Amino acid sequence: MSGPMVSLRGVGKTFSAGGASTEALTGIDLEVQAGEFVSLLGPSGCGKSTLLRIIGDLLAPTTGTVKVNGKSPAQARNHRDYGMVFQQATLLDWRKVLGNVELPLEITEVPAAEKDRRARAMLDLVELAEFSDHYPWQLSGGMQQRVAIARALVLEPQLLLMDEPFGALDEMTRERMQMELMRIWEQTRKTVVFVTHSIPEAVFLSTRVVVMSPRPGSIAGIVEIDLPQPRQFETRELPAFFAKLVEVRETLRRVGGE
Amino acid sequence: MTVAPLPRKLTGWLPPLLVFLAVLALWEFWVKAAGIKGFLLPPPSDIVATLSDQWTVVWAAGFFTLREALGGLIGGSLLGILGAFATARWSLVREGVLPFSIAASSAPIVALAPITNQWFGITNPVSKMTVVAVMVFFPVMINLVRGLTDVDAGQLELMRSVAARDATTMLKVRLPNALPYLLSALKVAVVLSLIGAIVAEYFGGSRAALGVYISQQAGLTRMAEAWAGIVVATLMGAGLQLLIIGAERLLIPWHPSRRRN
Amino acid sequence: MAGFLALLAGIILLWEGYKLLGSVTGGTLPFTSTRLPIRPDDKSMPHVSQIIGTLFEPARRGGEEVLAVLLLRSAWFTFREALAGFAAGSVIGFGLGLLFVRSSLAERGLMPWVVASQTVPLLAIAPMVVLWVGQARLPIWVAVAAIAAYLSFFPVTINAVRGLRSPAPTATELFRSLAASPTQEMRKLRIPAAWPYVFTALKIAAAASVVGTIVGELPSGLPDGLGRQILTFAYYYISGPEKLYAAVLFSALLGVVFVAGVALVERLVIPRARRVPA
Repeated sequence: MSGPMVSLRGVGKTFSAGGASTEALTGIDLEVQAGEFVSLLGPSGCGKSTLLRIIGDLLAPTTGTVKVNGKSPAQARNHRDYGMVFQQATLLDWRKVLGNVELPLEITEVPAAEKDRRARAMLDLVELAEFSDHYPWQLSGGMQQRVAIARALVLEPQLLLMDEPFGALDEMTRERMQMELMRIWEQTRKTVVFVTHSIPEAVFLSTRVVVMSPRPGSIAGIVEIDLPQPRQFETRELPAFFAKLVEVRETLRRVGGE
Repeated sequence: MTVAPLPRKLTGWLPPLLVFLAVLALWEFWVKAAGIKGFLLPPPSDIVATLSDQWTVVWAAGFFTLREALGGLIGGSLLGILGAFATARWSLVREGVLPFSIAASSAPIVALAPITNQWFGITNPVSKMTVVAVMVFFPVMINLVRGLTDVDAGQLELMRSVAARDATTMLKVRLPNALPYLLSALKVAVVLSLIGAIVAEYFGGSRAALGVYISQQAGLTRMAEAWAGIVVATLMGAGLQLLIIGAERLLIPWHPSRRRN
Repeated sequence: MAGFLALLAGIILLWEGYKLLGSVTGGTLPFTSTRLPIRPDDKSMPHVSQIIGTLFEPARRGGEEVLAVLLLRSAWFTFREALAGFAAGSVIGFGLGLLFVRSSLAERGLMPWVVASQTVPLLAIAPMVVLWVGQARLPIWVAVAAIAAYLSFFPVTINAVRGLRSPAPTATELFRSLAASPTQEMRKLRIPAAWPYVFTALKIAAAASVVGTIVGELPSGLPDGLGRQILTFAYYYISGPEKLYAAVLFSALLGVVFVAGVALVERLVIPRARRVPA
């Protein structure tokens, strides 16, 4: 497939409830190339989660065109070209961990033996193979999110959409999970669109940070992150890292988004 | 061409109203067309006619039963409230009373009616009031206990951090928290009390009572009269429920269940 | 458990204590001349020992069957009717829940009537139901089971709707992101999510079905159920007040045992982490 993985042109979204209407997004122009890790960063109300859901065909844009993997978002969704991870792990607590990872394979009616093999392969990837027989409530928050990531990857989509997946975790677990995600990204080389309100998280994980500002939601600036790959724990302590944090923060402040 | 949307209040009422009218119309039509005999299923028109004809009799019976229901409702609720405070306060009481209450609420309490009839006399309204009181006691008590104890831990910690006395915590935190539980239990209790009174009368009661009226008329296959009694009973039950809903509006306007989406 | 037994013992003590007080003061409140509200004599308030004792005596004068056996037989008969009504009511209730979640139009039109149905004292039209069932040439117990079903379906409908709607918004988004069909979403997400809620309602429905059955038996003329026994022993109260108490006790036990049975199934099927309070 040639051309960008995600292409947004002039995308806008207005919500109307009762008599009032809110303009959540306006004039979004963005391209995400295959293999990139792009963060959507901004304060609450800047429309980043809305934009993510538009890409995933969970919301329809009011204006503009969206192309995902060269197709319309609806087609991309029906072809299951992307996997999604939410802020709440959203595991089904009547299923064991393996059953949760198998869910997408059941929906696509993959035969039993292959289903089992692929699900276990994903659990190996997120290093939770010994927990495949546990129930979600027996796992910590970080582990549940790893299961959610395994589930999002099991159909081997080329695109991963992540909506503040580590937002509910404590800082230490967050940093560990970020490393985990980087390791998985190294191995699988997916395209990732990642929503966050944490500047260090965006800078650490991404190849590019899309800084958004609210009222109405729009792109304030895009910061290229050319820190060395693959990311290490020590990356957070490089002077270049701090420089990038400053650059992103300044971009946010310039449009009053801090 | 677009039609202006109806105001929200109307669209809420419309579908059930239409269903009701449709059912009534179907009922009337089917009974007349299929020639169903009156003793099996009288058409609505007959029921309305009988009701206006026997208006005073049926409503008098209704009020007699209503007194029984209210008497039991008030008695049972008061006891339930007292019991709830005792149960919430002393864990010792809680361990004995709560499982017993849950077990007792599984039992068909209306079966006590013949016993209370023996104690107080078949025609004495107190015999029915007692049955209703027992029926109402359990849901009120169980729900209120939950309302008093199922309080947000953060709020309790807040009260402790300002060294509030137990009584203050009760007044400012537990009671407001418990109010929605109590009102929701009362909604159930109100309907239960009316039906409980009528059904208790089924085991025998004063001729002035609605349940006796209904069962006697049904026994004489005077179905229009029996249905008229049921209509009156339903209207009373609906009226009582509206009262509680009104009380909710007054007392707990802040509650999520009362917020519009 | 200990607390439960302690309370039971307490109630028995209160009962006998009240009778003792009555026999000492001659039927009045102590130090007054006001009569006690309930007469403490053995006809109105048999001793607990008498109630237990009568279980082992013949049920009918000169008969062979012991009361306990008669009551057990009757309870079994009533239970089977209640079970049939409970099963039918639960299935209908769940079906209505599914319908209301699938079609908001159906919900807006019918839900108020589902709620209203519980304010109509259907128990009062029990004789009519008996008549209709007879006309339809069905056995009379069907009428009784139908009344039990009418009382059972409501809590199941309400809780089925709650349970089917309980999944978090992100869960429905997840299923949409996987391009799952509405049937897949129903089968793999909503119905499993609803089970804990349905079981809570099933306990209520079980208790309600017992009430419906016993009251339904009253106009039905069926000789075999507990309702009939209660009526008979109330009618012949003079010749054996303890028998009425015993019959009422068995009715209470039937309700308790049925609900306990459902609770047991709940304990097996739903792990504690997922249970939902009433």
